[in-house]
Amino acid sequence: MIIAEWKPIPELVSMLKGHKSVLLVGCATCVAECAAGGEREVETLAPLLRMALKTEGVSVEIKRKTIERQCEWEFVEALAGEIEEVDAVLSIACGIGVQALSERFAHLPVYPGVNTTSLAIREQPGLWTARCAACGDCVLGETFGLCPVARCAKSLMNGPCGGTRHNGMCEVDENVECVWNLIYERAKARGELQKLYEVRRAKNWSNSAHGGPKRMLREDLRP
Amino acid sequence: MKSDGNLEAVLKAGHFAITGELGPPRGTNVEAVRKKAQYLKGMVDAVNITDNQTAVVRMSSWGASLLAMQEGLEPNYQMVCRDRNRLAMQSDILGACAHGISNMLCLSGDHQKFGDHPKAKGVFDIDSIQLICMVKKMRDEGKFLSEEKIDVPPRIFIGAAANPFGEPLEWRVHRLAKKVAAGADFIQTQCIYNMKTFRQWIDQANDMGLTEKVYVLAGVTPFKSLGMARYMKNNVPGMDVPDHLIKRLQGVEKEKVASEGIKIACEQIEEFKEMKGVAGVHLMAIEWEHKVPEIVEQAKLLPRPKLSRSGPHKEA
Repeated sequence: MIIAEWKPIPELVSMLKGHKSVLLVGCATCVAECAAGGEREVETLAPLLRMALKTEGVSVEIKRKTIERQCEWEFVEALAGEIEEVDAVLSIACGIGVQALSERFAHLPVYPGVNTTSLAIREQPGLWTARCAACGDCVLGETFGLCPVARCAKSLMNGPCGGTRHNGMCEVDENVECVWNLIYERAKARGELQKLYEVRRAKNWSNSAHGGPKRMLREDLRP
Repeated sequence: MKSDGNLEAVLKAGHFAITGELGPPRGTNVEAVRKKAQYLKGMVDAVNITDNQTAVVRMSSWGASLLAMQEGLEPNYQMVCRDRNRLAMQSDILGACAHGISNMLCLSGDHQKFGDHPKAKGVFDIDSIQLICMVKKMRDEGKFLSEEKIDVPPRIFIGAAANPFGEPLEWRVHRLAKKVAAGADFIQTQCIYNMKTFRQWIDQANDMGLTEKVYVLAGVTPFKSLGMARYMKNNVPGMDVPDHLIKRLQGVEKEKVASEGIKIACEQIEEFKEMKGVAGVHLMAIEWEHKVPEIVEQAKLLPRPKLSRSGPHKEA
């Protein structure tokens, strides 16, 4: 799922100061799963914002709404009524949701309430860890189902590097497992270590953001 | 010969080589480079010029390499994958070689998180092994990574790093093998303190025939103080400092710790001289360049042979 986390309250306050009425919009999909932008977070954030704004001496009305998905037009359309009554929107969906709202309701400022950080999995309750970097050139077939692009601090293709800690953790963050150590262990368990002895050549980054903004066209699905 | 440098000639002639290290200044302080260079001149066969080491901005490696050459040193131009993409790397390599740089060391680079610009975007377009492949392709095939032809390919002696002490230990010799397969001509290892683990690693490398294909320079860093030894032991991932060395430093008077550190380094160098598969040492006297003459002399590594055909050691 797409992972996001709240922007600091002071940053949100500085965005919203000067507005009279703001619609705080949640999204019940990915960001709800990662407890950043669902209905529950809308209900938690609204009073916090009101309080923080009040401390600054400004009174801003915060209206609340959560839709199923901010990245699909038919769900976004359901906001048309509420939008009429506010002068700004604060979206706590991922960057896709924020942009969908600002495209549909272009006459209003739509502010991001969260920072979108990664494509991740809920590893344990309250812990999400990155799994995919949307690099556009998937190597999971060669790396025993563990992604070095998203999970190695240096996106190394020929790890593990010399910095793996003695407990198998990454030198860059002692709380993160060295993914190349995991790849090594899995290859060993399968009796296929020789697959890691091959030099993996330079990656093609052009099928992701590095090739210019990504555009996928499927003629078979076109109207 | 793959380069016109002294280091390759010294190793090829079978001499026990020694390389040093020079960290460029955090500014345009040319005199600082010249001063450090003077301590190293005549003491080492080539000197590594670090590339924004520990992810802290410094004078560029190629810039400081040119200064080192003016002082009569042969640089080993370090390049990390953190700060440049494949275009910048290839053009910098051409520029470096055009100015007579004949060795380079291909590294991934310390993560930007540890340096003075932790908010920086790390590049890591390619990794250190892919960098080795790229330089070899440029030199031997006369082609860029794109397969386009190079107008006069670079002549360069390709170096790489190896850490015999990282986990998983049994992987380490295979990582060395990958670097050799990628095209490394010489290897400089991580600082060695655990001689037993190192010996196992080099024995494996010998058994796999790797040391016949690549020159291995054993990494030596003398302890300047007890604090440094403890720091290396506890705070530097991938470093293995055995307790007996800490105890040995604890056993001498405070003002004699530095000379005990040098003594330990020299004892190691004596062992390396006799060790099959070890072609020399890489002396990393970190911010201790002025001690290099004393260490090299004590390690009985003088005088150094001067063999380069067109490098900076050529007599005027």
